[in-house]
Amino acid sequence: MIKGSSVRSAGLSVVFAMILLSAGSPNGAANAQQVVPATVEVKIDNFSFGPATVTVAVGTMVTWTNRDDIPHTIVSTDDPKAFKSKVLDTDEKFSYTFAKPGTYPYFCSVHPKMTGTVVVK
Amino acid sequence: MRKTRQDEILHDHNGDEIDRRGFLQCMAWAGTGALCVMQGGVLKSFSMSRVAKMDAKKMTGELSFVQISDSHMGFNKPANPDVGRTLKAAVDKINGLIKPPEFLIHTGDISHLSKPEEFDTVDQILKGASAKEVFYVPGEHDVLNDDGKQYLERYGKGTKGAGWYSFDKKGVHFMGLVNVLNLKAGGLGTLGREQLEWMEDDVKHLKSSTPIVVFAHIPLWSVYPEWGWGTEESAQGLAYLKKFGSVTVLNGHIHQTMQKVEGNVTFHTAMSTAFPQPAPGKAASPGPMKVPAEQLKSVLGITEVNHVQGQHALAVVDSTLG
Repeated sequence: MIKGSSVRSAGLSVVFAMILLSAGSPNGAANAQQVVPATVEVKIDNFSFGPATVTVAVGTMVTWTNRDDIPHTIVSTDDPKAFKSKVLDTDEKFSYTFAKPGTYPYFCSVHPKMTGTVVVK
Repeated sequence: MRKTRQDEILHDHNGDEIDRRGFLQCMAWAGTGALCVMQGGVLKSFSMSRVAKMDAKKMTGELSFVQISDSHMGFNKPANPDVGRTLKAAVDKINGLIKPPEFLIHTGDISHLSKPEEFDTVDQILKGASAKEVFYVPGEHDVLNDDGKQYLERYGKGTKGAGWYSFDKKGVHFMGLVNVLNLKAGGLGTLGREQLEWMEDDVKHLKSSTPIVVFAHIPLWSVYPEWGWGTEESAQGLAYLKKFGSVTVLNGHIHQTMQKVEGNVTFHTAMSTAFPQPAPGKAASPGPMKVPAEQLKSVLGITEVNHVQGQHALAVVDSTLG
């Protein structure tokens, strides 16, 4: 546990340093004004979503990429469904932009043991 | 289990009632399909790889049919870039049988991506089989994107609900089930209430001596739930068949042979004609198992199924019917 937490704080320090660098760069001001939606990638490998849970800000576009040899889908388990992809063959992608906060569980409707969650804050 | 010939297995359940009462017995599965023969109420099977060398008398019975499964037309990746070729090889073996089977059963995943041309190709290849009648059930790959609408249009004539049906051949009652639709997150294959009610009603009028053959894509027993290899309400469905002395369940989906006998029910899964899948829990996922091209045919099963592999897999599964 001790080892794990020290690694984590080291990682946070790096992130913090990068933010400082970014803010201090000549492009910092321009970047702050751009309204580019954040993007988050979820990879499908070996019949699983990675990461299985992603936490994103409102307005983030999540893109799933199927890297398996077998087709998969991304289907919301909510009723009504918040999102539903067509079947994705190998290397095909599906994107969805999350406009409202909430917890969005989803699964592969072809292989229902494959489940994941998008948490939007 | 008593091994009688290289490609024939007869289960010998010493001490239980099964053999003495002449229940349907288990089959050996090998190659890209299996020949099933009814003899005196006993269902035997023979791999098609060596059938030509076998005693013709052994293979003539009251009823014979062939199950093929998981042709995945459209799949084009390792270990099989040409699934049409291997399906044709299966047809060649069917046509080489001494006693031609009366019909074929395809236990689903006809196509890989539910594309019309994939179904067309399978239809075309299977037209080359000596047996002209093919009974299908859908796999999850056959109902992608449209909840099975296209499948029903193509194969659903005369079926009920999402495509389930029954028929009788020479005193044997066959039930084709659909367990690949309306799958729930985290769950297994599912039959649904409407189909379960139909099952109960469908067998009500039958004598308990009627041999029953049930076929569906996903195994109707708990092969490996971690990979979704099972069906939610299989126990309930099979409970309707308790009165029958002989119930044989034929499934696909897992691209390998497994056998299990539980009471009056004998379960079998067939090999794929397209690509093998790993034994339960033996890989990171149930994705296609890649093998060198020269090994493809052998991994599709010609010699591996009817002894060690099948028995071992049964031991791994170690699940009750419910």
